[in-house]
Amino acid sequence: MMRLELVKRPQRSALFSMLSPFIAFALTIIAGAIMFALLGVNPLNAFKIYFIEPISQVWQLHELAIKAAPLILIAVGLSVCYKANIWNIGAEGQFIFGAIFGSIIPVLFPQFEGPLVLPLMLLLGMVGGAAYAAIPALLKTRFNTNEILTSLMLVYVAQLFLDWLVRGPWRDPQGHGFPQTIQFGDSAVLPELMPDAGRANWGFVFALVAAVLIWILMGRMLKGFEVRVLGSSPRAGRFAGFGLNRMVFFAFLLSGALAGLAGISEVSGAIGQLQPVISPGYGFTAIIVAFLGRLNPLGIVAAGLVLALTYLGGEAVQSALGISDKVARVFQGMLLFFVLGCDTLIHYRIRLIGLALTKQEAPAKLEAAPKLKEAR
Amino acid sequence: MSANHDGANLLEVRGLTKIFGTLTACDHIDLNIAKGEIHALLGENGAGKSTLVKMLFGSLEPNSGEIFWNGQAVRITSPGAAKKLGIGMVFQHFSLFEALTAAENIALSLDDGSPISSIAAKARALSYSYGLPLDPESLVGDLSVGERQRIEIIRCLLQTPQLIILDEPTSVLTPQEADKLFETLERLRSEGKSILYISHRLEEVKRICDRATVLRHGKVVGHCNPREQTASSLARMMVGSEVQAVVRAPVEGIETAQPLLEIRGLNRKPATPFSIPLKNISLNVRAGEVIGIAGVAGNGQGEFFESVSGEVLQQDTASVRIRGKDAGGLTITGRRLLGAAFVPEERLGHGAAPRMKLSENLLLSRHATDGKAFVGTGGMVRSGAVYAASQRIIEAMDVRKSAPDPEAAALSGGNLQKFIVGRELDRRPSVMVVNQPTWGVDAGAAAHIRQALIELSRSGSAVLVISQDLDELFEISDAIAVMHNGELSKPMPIAEATFEKVGLLMGGAEPGHAEHTLETA
Repeated sequence: MMRLELVKRPQRSALFSMLSPFIAFALTIIAGAIMFALLGVNPLNAFKIYFIEPISQVWQLHELAIKAAPLILIAVGLSVCYKANIWNIGAEGQFIFGAIFGSIIPVLFPQFEGPLVLPLMLLLGMVGGAAYAAIPALLKTRFNTNEILTSLMLVYVAQLFLDWLVRGPWRDPQGHGFPQTIQFGDSAVLPELMPDAGRANWGFVFALVAAVLIWILMGRMLKGFEVRVLGSSPRAGRFAGFGLNRMVFFAFLLSGALAGLAGISEVSGAIGQLQPVISPGYGFTAIIVAFLGRLNPLGIVAAGLVLALTYLGGEAVQSALGISDKVARVFQGMLLFFVLGCDTLIHYRIRLIGLALTKQEAPAKLEAAPKLKEAR
Repeated sequence: MSANHDGANLLEVRGLTKIFGTLTACDHIDLNIAKGEIHALLGENGAGKSTLVKMLFGSLEPNSGEIFWNGQAVRITSPGAAKKLGIGMVFQHFSLFEALTAAENIALSLDDGSPISSIAAKARALSYSYGLPLDPESLVGDLSVGERQRIEIIRCLLQTPQLIILDEPTSVLTPQEADKLFETLERLRSEGKSILYISHRLEEVKRICDRATVLRHGKVVGHCNPREQTASSLARMMVGSEVQAVVRAPVEGIETAQPLLEIRGLNRKPATPFSIPLKNISLNVRAGEVIGIAGVAGNGQGEFFESVSGEVLQQDTASVRIRGKDAGGLTITGRRLLGAAFVPEERLGHGAAPRMKLSENLLLSRHATDGKAFVGTGGMVRSGAVYAASQRIIEAMDVRKSAPDPEAAALSGGNLQKFIVGRELDRRPSVMVVNQPTWGVDAGAAAHIRQALIELSRSGSAVLVISQDLDELFEISDAIAVMHNGELSKPMPIAEATFEKVGLLMGGAEPGHAEHTLETA
């Protein structure tokens, strides 16, 4: 009988910690090449269509920014949660509720126009996302529920609620029965940055500003220190006088507000109205972005652009090669898998327990390592 | 008895070496253990005792060297292999399930599938025959630490070992319980069993051990007969230099000094089924004195510390008063702002965040009290000021480290403790509460920390020290109180305290009884 065990390394390699995302990306490319070959297309050609052609012209870079903006906005918020060891998996739902709250003004009060409309919408979007994120926070602090489950399940509630809204009370009466709201008025549309060059809107600027602000918060401010202490050693955090419950609310409200801002920016900028589906899974993909960016806000900006490209590439191979755009999901999944794999191998090394010892008990482990699997 | 001639050696170790990365934890260790001897393994923390023992018990594999068992070369690849050879071990930190009975815990470690009832009967018989009475049906959670240790010893004896390894067995016992353990060990010796006795308590090594092997920095620095040595000559072998004695000047006029920390009728319900409730604890610590709280581990010291520090709040706000102000309802931050400072027992993960730099760990306990110096407008951390302060503490406390600002986990236990204590001393707190100030700290660093605590009190602060180390408490305290089962005895002035009196209280004698002996003494 052979067995694989993970043994903790005494030291982490700083070099490989830094290289890990790049190694993961390279492995994804290799695995992707195999996948394309199995699908019967030339991998080199497919990669050219997937990764290069979608960003070869200026207007396409604008499309990239449109896709990257919500990913970055959501992921920098999530990075705060994850640093605090709080597992908000429900950013997709907070994104949707941000979009719904922000749409209250253009949908219910379309006659209200002027320069105040947009700031109010953005503010309401943040409030909506934060309020929706407050639910798992409250459940966790009050009843000690697992926030992974509650925040995830609330995503489906949000999706169905949006679906009901646009088919029911908020449906455009002149929309020929299509499940969508009225088109937002001019003053409710997020302006484009450079209308002559492409469609990219202010959402991308919000994302960059948020990344810089969160970077300052986490690296330079006492609050960021509190996040890191409570996340890495909660008991030391309590000794420092930091409250864990307060932190749960802080992390959820902050990440919820940013996801909500992403939601209303997407609806007001890229879509222009509410529909049954307003996100191709940004809230979930942002989890990959957060980890690929090493939970560092500046790394997240780069990771957000990479993941945005997987969306564009998926659309490109679908139209050029006739391959399903689910390829994008496969690439995202492989990327997350390899990132987590590389990170694990930075902290642990694999040890093969051979035949020699199987008669006796396996040597006691000094540091408990999770068993990978048992193989014959 | 202390047979030393060839052929009678049960265990021989030749050139045993273990290397972790760049650290040679054990460097060509030679060790002989004869049949029927109690052999002491002495050394400071980090000298390599645990590593050596783990190799003997099969938990660690040596890089090089040989082990002979009854003259035969053996490879001990696992604890199971060690047990088969006849090596048993009683760990310092017990591995018992609190929700199971003693017999069930024993059955778990014997993998022969015999029914629990027969194991219980055997355990009961064995325990009485060795003078360690034990009820196998009792829940471990209900037992005292001394009784839990008996389970570990009985569990070990049930496997009829030839060599028994005991790791710091008396660190959790009252002096009276330790006496009983020594009787058992002598009994085992008379039956021809060998014992490897790991300790840093020199007096007891002198008392019961036939030979001693002293380790320092991973190397054997000498073999000796401890009975022919003095405690200070043994200490010198262990440390490699003279250890500075702690100086404690008597205090005058302490009766009239102002109490800075007052605890009045402190009660606390148990938070978990196995934690200790605190019952009506009252204590005053006045400016200028050090009060020591003795007690066997697990008698409520941890709960008491949490209540005093404010990690757990009190309903009755007057039950903890700091500098004359009710503090029971204040958080740890609030209490710090009143001038109190705290050092918890656990260094990594409680007193310090392991993966954070020392400067960040300074901020950990002082972000509020030194808010003006360390935190600027808008909540920005002044990392320059924090770094400078941490370097000041490192210098004042002689913290040895490998990098300018290393992670807390990269420091040895003693050096990290010096930093954690120094971090609080640097504030000149008027109330200092320390839990196990020198647990696992080498002798030199321990003396430094103790002296610093005494000096803090003499400069007008109130110092409360919770410790399981009686020697330490007698060295630094002006009065000693004893915690037993969540109750605290009245403090005994140091002039009237003896090991015996304190030991009786630690074992649960009526607090009133001790007061009575005090009056008549």
